[in-house]
Amino acid sequence: MSQAVAKPIPIPDEITAPFFDGARGGKLMLQHCTGCGKWSFPVRERCPHCFETKLEWRAASGRGTLYTFAIMHQVMNPGFASAVPYNVSQVDLEEGVRMISNVVGVENAALRVGMKLEAVFEDVGDNVSVPKFRVVAG
Amino acid sequence: MANQPKGAIVGLGVTKMGKIYGRRSVDFAADAIAMALDDAGLKKSDVDGLLINANIPGDMDPRAQMMLGFENLTLINVMNAYGSTMGSMMQYACMAIREGLATTVALVYADAPLTPTRGAGQSYSGPHRFPLGGMAGLKAHYGDFGANLGYAMAAQRHMHLYGTTSEQLGTIATGQRKWARMSPWAQMKAPMSMDDYYNSRYIAEPLRLFDCCLVSNGAVATIVTSAERARDLKQTPVNVLGYAQRAPGDNLDSSRHPAVETGARQAGDAAFKMAGIERKDIGTLQLYDCYTYTVLVSLEDYGFCAKGEGGPFVADGKLGPGGALPTNTGGGQLSGFYMWAFTPLAEAVVQARGTAGERQVERNDYVLVSGNGGILNFHSSLILSRHASG
Repeated sequence: MSQAVAKPIPIPDEITAPFFDGARGGKLMLQHCTGCGKWSFPVRERCPHCFETKLEWRAASGRGTLYTFAIMHQVMNPGFASAVPYNVSQVDLEEGVRMISNVVGVENAALRVGMKLEAVFEDVGDNVSVPKFRVVAG
Repeated sequence: MANQPKGAIVGLGVTKMGKIYGRRSVDFAADAIAMALDDAGLKKSDVDGLLINANIPGDMDPRAQMMLGFENLTLINVMNAYGSTMGSMMQYACMAIREGLATTVALVYADAPLTPTRGAGQSYSGPHRFPLGGMAGLKAHYGDFGANLGYAMAAQRHMHLYGTTSEQLGTIATGQRKWARMSPWAQMKAPMSMDDYYNSRYIAEPLRLFDCCLVSNGAVATIVTSAERARDLKQTPVNVLGYAQRAPGDNLDSSRHPAVETGARQAGDAAFKMAGIERKDIGTLQLYDCYTYTVLVSLEDYGFCAKGEGGPFVADGKLGPGGALPTNTGGGQLSGFYMWAFTPLAEAVVQARGTAGERQVERNDYVLVSGNGGILNFHSSLILSRHASG
C-alpha cells in the first residue's frame, strides 16, 4: 500500500520562532517597528520602511481582506497530490501588510477578491501550527 | 544635437530550440556565439568581453569562458535580474565599450532544463529539498510553488479591478501563435483557435496552459560593439538608442499594487526620452511574455493604452499579423521559444534590420524590447533602431 505523502511541515528557526510559537497559541504574531510604527511581513531583522533594527513581535488582529488568489492545478510537490485544485491567496491584513496563505472552509468557486477574512490556526503536525484564513460572514 | 547611439548589435545567433536532448547549456552557448560571430563577420579572437545571463539551473557560470575558449577578456560577468537581465547586460556592454573597457562584447543566454523524463512543468521546480525552515517552509506548506501562481494571482487582481477576461488573454495567445507559424525559430507551429485556448488545461487558474510560456533548450547570443565600428561590419547595425531599468519594490507590501502596475511605465518613459523618440514612433513591440497577462499589463504600463484597458485594447487582434500594433512577431515566449529576454531581443534585431521575411513588419524604424523578471518585480526597456538617432 502506498501511503499519502503529507504536505511539507515548516521547521521554525531562530528568527521565525515567535511567529510559529504565536500560531501554536492561536495568535498571529507579526513584527512591528517601534521606530516608525509600521508592521512588516515576511519575517526579517531590519525594518524595510525606516531601516532601523527596532522590530518587536506583537499580536496582530488576524483580520483582513482577500487581495487576490489563484487556484493551483499543478502538483509541484507530492504532498499536494490530493489537495489540487487548491487556493493560494494574498491577504491584506488590517495592520497594512500582505501575506500569502490559504483560505479554508470555502469552495474554490466561491472565493472572491475583497472577501472579509480572519485568521485560524491549524495544527499541521510535529508540534507546528500555521495561520490560515476563513471567510467571515457579512 | 541628436542623441548618439549607446552601442550597436552587429551579430545574432539563435540555435535550434526546444526538446533537443543530451546537450549542455554551454554547448548551446558555443553554437549561438559562433553563429553570432559569423553573422557579424567577426572571429572569436575579436571578442574581449563576455556577459553571461544567469539561468535557473545555474549551469552557466564564469568558467564558461574556458569551455568556450575565450582568451584575454577585459570584461566578464554572469548577470542576474531574472527575466529583465538582458536589458542590464546591454547597458553594461554599451557603457563598458563607451568607457574603453572592451570593444566587442558577446552577450549570451543558454539553458537546457528539458530532459526526456523531465518536461516543462517540472523543469524549473525541483528537486525541492524538504522539509524547509522558517518562511520558506511556510510558503511550501501553503503550496506556493513556482512563478505560475504569482502571475495567476496578479491576473486575478487585474480581472477583479478592470473586468479583464480569459477571452482577452486568449486573443494574445492565439495572435502570437499566428506569428510563430511564420518564424523559423518557433517551437509551436500548429494553429491555435480560441477553442484550443479554452480547452488547454488550467495550470494556475485563471491561467491556462496556453497562457504560459514554453520551456526551451537552446541559446541566443548577440555581439555588441560601438556604433562607429558597427558601420564597417557585415550587417545593418541595430543601434541601441535608449535603455532603462525599473524595479518598483516588494510586491508583498500592501502600500503598492505591483500586481497590476509594473516598472514598465518609468523604464519606458526613460528609454523613450533617452532615444529621443515618442511612443507613437514605435512600430513594433517585442514584449517579455512569460504569460499572456505580462503582455497585457506591459502594454498598459508603456502607455499604449490606459491602465485597466489592456483587455479591450488587445481584443480586436491588433497585436497579431495584419494588426495595428504588431507585437511579439516571432511568437514570443508563448509560442516561439523561451530564452528569457533574449527571446524578444532576437526578434527585435531581425525586425529592425528588415530581414524578418514573411513576418517582417512595415514600420520597423524603432523597436521596443522589454525584459521582466520575478513576479513583475524587475523591468528593463530597450529602444533599438537601424537609425543612428531618434
